[in-house]
Amino acid sequence: MNKFIRVDMTTMKVTTDEVPDKYVGLGGRALTSNFVADEVKPTCHPLGKNNKIIFAPGLLSGTTAANSGRISVGAKSPLTGGIKESNSGGSFSQKMAKLGIKALVIEGMPEGDKFYIVKIDINGVTIEEAPTEILGGCGNYKAIEVLSAKYGEKVGIALAGPAGEYRLPAANISFKDPEGNIRSAGRGGLGAVMGSKKIKALVIDETGAGAVPIADPEKFKEAAKVFSKALLDHPVSGQGLAAYGTDVLINILNEAGGLPAKNFTTGRIDWNDNISGETMNATIQERGGDGKISHGCHQGCVMRCSQWYADKNGKYITSGFEYETIWGLGANACIKDLDAIAYIDREMDDIGIDSIETAVAVATAMEGGLLPWGDGEAVLAAVKEIAVPTPLGRLLGSGTGAVGNACGLFRVPVVKNQAIPAYDPRNIKGIGLTYATTPMGADHTSGYCIANNILSIGGFIDPLKKEGQVDISRFLQIGTASIDSTGMCLFVWFGIADNPPAIQALVDMINAQYGLSLTIQDAVVDLGKAVLKAERGFNKAAGFTNEHDRLPEFFEYEPCAPHNLVWDFTPEEIDEVFNF
Amino acid sequence: MQIKVKLFATLRENREKEMMMEIEQGTTAKEIIDRLTILKEEAAIIMINGRHAKPDQVLNDQDTVSIFPPIGGG
Repeated sequence: MNKFIRVDMTTMKVTTDEVPDKYVGLGGRALTSNFVADEVKPTCHPLGKNNKIIFAPGLLSGTTAANSGRISVGAKSPLTGGIKESNSGGSFSQKMAKLGIKALVIEGMPEGDKFYIVKIDINGVTIEEAPTEILGGCGNYKAIEVLSAKYGEKVGIALAGPAGEYRLPAANISFKDPEGNIRSAGRGGLGAVMGSKKIKALVIDETGAGAVPIADPEKFKEAAKVFSKALLDHPVSGQGLAAYGTDVLINILNEAGGLPAKNFTTGRIDWNDNISGETMNATIQERGGDGKISHGCHQGCVMRCSQWYADKNGKYITSGFEYETIWGLGANACIKDLDAIAYIDREMDDIGIDSIETAVAVATAMEGGLLPWGDGEAVLAAVKEIAVPTPLGRLLGSGTGAVGNACGLFRVPVVKNQAIPAYDPRNIKGIGLTYATTPMGADHTSGYCIANNILSIGGFIDPLKKEGQVDISRFLQIGTASIDSTGMCLFVWFGIADNPPAIQALVDMINAQYGLSLTIQDAVVDLGKAVLKAERGFNKAAGFTNEHDRLPEFFEYEPCAPHNLVWDFTPEEIDEVFNF
Repeated sequence: MQIKVKLFATLRENREKEMMMEIEQGTTAKEIIDRLTILKEEAAIIMINGRHAKPDQVLNDQDTVSIFPPIGGG
């Protein structure tokens, strides 16, 4: 990957340069975060001309390495006001890598209201006016159809949906998956940054590109085999995720008392069977038709945690029907019907809005009296308003913090204005430290302590106690920053956490591809620390202090059933997470 | 003594998902797992009353024992 492409939307000029030396060894999140830290003015308005948005495949993307097809997107976040990296499946990353593109940066801002398509292929990059039929509220499913018909069925697409066009702080970037459905770089409002630059879509066609060059193909093949075998042999990454999807977590979090419900007022529900992974699996099997138990979000995925969820007549409703979305609508907003949740999930994908932020915003709106608790039809109608957008639609699309403010609430589950996801930090203490301290704003994926606290992967740490949590949150945040830089799906961690040769194989693949001799210390520990330091440095320059690394105060004085614990880490203890 | 046993994911194949069980004083979680012919490696996570427990933990009257195979997500 030797091309570094900049698209300047002020001048409508594209420049393709060699990759700057300092970025040669970086990919994915390491590249996007270092770039944003280097080039984006920390105090800029995220929707103004000084923000830049960068798309980067991971170091291993485009190769035969299993599960290496994630794309990272980085910018200053309109939701948090801090640095953001959000990554996604789909085919975009692999196509970029095959075309030799290390990064694509969009900067500046055009005058006028026209939206554009950035087309990338073997001949270079062109900027074209977007077809009017996909603008002004057109759903993403249709936009993907229109763009695929125009540019080719196999092209990769990154889309700003209606929410992105309207520059809403919870807008995601939607990526076309191999079947023309939708995966999302969900969190932090990066779709709004795309919309602010008047980019409706990036379209990529790798026709004519060769294979990604590998310095030592034999060594690569050998390491890739060890790595893939480790994933397939592990009961979670090899079988469990494919059978039940991520929604298998509903029941275990409910049993553990860490399933936040009714806007974070309790940690357990009695309607868990309605929305569990076991129920989803049985429902898909019973209904047949378009439904599929397992599905990979990108070519080369061996874990296949995604699925196609069909209606009673067997007609496709949605795919990538994830635990967090189902938790947010099902437990936190008390919608007790999986079909109702599926239709809302589809609508959020179609509008291009983060399904975690929006689900939590919906529950907050329920507490604020804007929507009736548990009413799936009312929520579907309200979410559809985001595509119009009505004032209520704009409010929901502005995220949980905005809804909480508008409703005059104190129980507003956000950190750095980003909604807290599906694990209660009072009864699962490790994840609370990650929510509090990650530079991303509340984000479970940036240091997934649930692995140790609940799933007993990577060594068990009691979720109800403080012991060991600071160290595990730090360790996982460092490791995750590295994994996010390889293009690997984070779920590979389930398969390799307790398997040192598999971790070595991951590093061996990078070494074989690039002709390097990195150690685990170099490629995982030091790289991860450097990424986190760059991100934290940006946030500091943007105005963030240690006092922003705190959970909402209500967690300190509202005990959470069934264990009736409160959040009890001191500020000094929390600050130890980033003491490295 | 009576306890409640709850099974999840693949452990529900050919078994009830929830059952009441009569047990004797001193019975451990492992004995319940054996009684249900669940293999040791299949019972990856055990909770007693919502708290993670080891297989040798002795059960009390009215306990709820939840048993999970290796699972992940997120």
